[in-house]
Amino acid sequence: MTHDNNIDRVTGVATTGHVWDGDLKELNKPLPRWWLYTFYATIVWGIGYCIAYPAWPTLTSYTTGVLGYNQRTAVTNDIAEGKADQEKYLTAIGETPLDEISKHADLANFARAGGAAVFGTNCSGCHGRAGQGAKGYPNLLDDDWLWGGTLADIQATIVGGIRSGHPEARDFAMPRFGLDQILTPAEIGDAAEYVLTLSGKSTDAAAAKRGAEIFAAQCAACHGESGTGNQAMGAPNLTDPIWLYGGEKANVAETITTGRGGVMPSWDGRLDPATIKMLAVYVHGLGGGQ
Amino acid sequence: MHTPKHDNQFIIDDGVPQAVDVTAVNRRADRNLYATRQKIYPKLVHGSFRRIKWGLLFATLGIYYMIPWVRWERGPGMPTQAVLLDMEHERFFLFGLEIWPQEFYFVTGLLVLAALSLYLVTALAGRVWCGYFCPQTVWTDLMVAVERFWQGDRSERIRLDKEPWGARKLYKKSMTHASWLLIAMATGGAFVFYFADAPTLAGQLLTGTAPEPAYIFIAILTFTTYLLGGIAREQVCIYMCPWPRIQGAMIDKDSFLVSYRDGRGEPRGPMQKHAAVQTNGDCIDCKACIAVCPMGIDIRDGAQMECIQCALCIDACNDIMAKINRPRNLIGYATIAGLAAELNGQTSPPRLARPRTMLYAGLIAVVGLIMLAALQARSTLELNVLADRNPLFVRLKDGGIRNGYTLRISNKTQATKVFQIKLENLDGAHLALEPQENATTPSITVPPDAVSDVRAFVSMPPSALKIFNTDAHPFQLVVEDPAGGTESRRGASFRMPKP
Repeated sequence: MTHDNNIDRVTGVATTGHVWDGDLKELNKPLPRWWLYTFYATIVWGIGYCIAYPAWPTLTSYTTGVLGYNQRTAVTNDIAEGKADQEKYLTAIGETPLDEISKHADLANFARAGGAAVFGTNCSGCHGRAGQGAKGYPNLLDDDWLWGGTLADIQATIVGGIRSGHPEARDFAMPRFGLDQILTPAEIGDAAEYVLTLSGKSTDAAAAKRGAEIFAAQCAACHGESGTGNQAMGAPNLTDPIWLYGGEKANVAETITTGRGGVMPSWDGRLDPATIKMLAVYVHGLGGGQ
Repeated sequence: MHTPKHDNQFIIDDGVPQAVDVTAVNRRADRNLYATRQKIYPKLVHGSFRRIKWGLLFATLGIYYMIPWVRWERGPGMPTQAVLLDMEHERFFLFGLEIWPQEFYFVTGLLVLAALSLYLVTALAGRVWCGYFCPQTVWTDLMVAVERFWQGDRSERIRLDKEPWGARKLYKKSMTHASWLLIAMATGGAFVFYFADAPTLAGQLLTGTAPEPAYIFIAILTFTTYLLGGIAREQVCIYMCPWPRIQGAMIDKDSFLVSYRDGRGEPRGPMQKHAAVQTNGDCIDCKACIAVCPMGIDIRDGAQMECIQCALCIDACNDIMAKINRPRNLIGYATIAGLAAELNGQTSPPRLARPRTMLYAGLIAVVGLIMLAALQARSTLELNVLADRNPLFVRLKDGGIRNGYTLRISNKTQATKVFQIKLENLDGAHLALEPQENATTPSITVPPDAVSDVRAFVSMPPSALKIFNTDAHPFQLVVEDPAGGTESRRGASFRMPKP
């Protein structure tokens, strides 16, 4: 056997010397040596990395690395940086009168975006993700407002809440005409029928006529003689097609029987004044702001 | 006593064990899994291809270094740099063209064109890219020239490397590496100017006040240029680059490649000056082609992956052929078909137009035309509409229905624009914007080169609602520049309760 047997005749390249099936040989194409050194360098780098950064778990903790890097700390720092960046806007919003925020484009943008975030965290549970509301929880997108839809009204509602016990709360409740036996079920039915006439949905003219007198005596004080409501008392407009508790006769009768007095918490102290301003700007901009 | 002879028994002659005629098939020396690099000392060559390569070296490096300093007037507040990749503001400026991130397909198109051009050139003339234009080739060429300047040509460099270390060697070597590092730094330094205003950044770099990424990228490119161009050289082409392995797919028998005419050259051997009958070919085996090769190969072995087809061996061989009074181009650009024809004493006319090259040229034309058309159709005003999905519509107290949309308006001009927004194909509807700028004509002011979002509330009074017998009515939102006449429109759907 000569040395030349280790050279593949077709390619002229040395083989590894192993032979399979009598004639299959493996060409030995050597890797450049620097490639090997590069590989060693990556191992050295890996060891260095393990020393510098957190790497290995121990039974109760982990190796922290000599650089003291920690992702939790990095996140905390990032958040702190973000908060510091927000500070100048929050200060400016706090100092700017509420109805003038929209005149400064950057403040208005910040207030809308910040308000949306705060709304998602604190308000969407009741009012819905987009402010669309639900039965008993007002829709904030439409142009119908129980307590007023100006910026100042919205701000006041957020600060004091509704029937929340806060000193500045909006605090009127509808009497329980049925439960407290102020009206009989028949009278309640008639009154409900009359309420439906206000928005053109009544089908029983005789009952509505009887109900008109009951309405004038019992309801007009808050809802107004024509039923258009009174925002100072949170009394809804009964002439529009928007119903907080449903607009069918059974819903209206139930409302008269049990009274209504939904509760919204006061955000005074839970959110700082600048945040409440941002929230007011956001809700005002949802489409129904006045 | 007779001992049976076994195969494995050593032959003993006169009481002395004799050597067996065997070689270890797996000798340690033959088991080299790693090849140590053999240094290449390319010799200086003169000739037409060398001149072309010098010219291209100055041209390509000149373009690379000078482009960031070319100015381009774009209007107040806009960058004045002709080519600027502005990462911070997400804009690419290419002379008169400004590319927004969503228009990155222009860059993709340019890259597709570049790839197709590469295929076409490779099909026509082999690895023209590798041999003349590739940054690795150009910078290596420059680094070799610098090395030659400090250490002399091939034989002097070989001698110097064999010398023991002394003041002279130390001086020559350190000057070479210092020059390489300077070139490498200038390379990295020029690179960062593509990403920021060059004069400003140059001033910041001189005063040490440039942003941190500038220094990091200069350091990275200094290192890679020094390493790849100065030290690694041919190792990059042979072991790191995928292109040598791919380009074989573009080459056929009609591609012009740097070739050795073995029919004419072989059998190689010394000149037979005084012989009556010439038995040797034209190749006198002077090895000039090997000495000048930056890849350290022998072109006479034929086409090979390691050959970048820089054509320097053509210059070297032509020089020799002239001296021994033989025809030029023993090594020259030739096609495989042409070489085969020459062997039979025929000529094969070059076939430049063949299905492969026609396909590549056709694709270049098609992509180029698409790009041109896209550039022509590029609008400076763009409207995007995102309809509210939660809720789809809002019931108003007058019984009407309101839909909400977020309009995103891109002003790609360099002037502040006041755009008017209109509804089309939605009779009786009312449009209001939040924030509201102008109560009578809904309009929005968009700063130059910027995108503005605005909320659009489209409400339909109950009287207008009655005419629809559907829960979704298609209409058009139109944004127009009352001054310039440009407009952009988007289809949208007005949602309402099922009738």
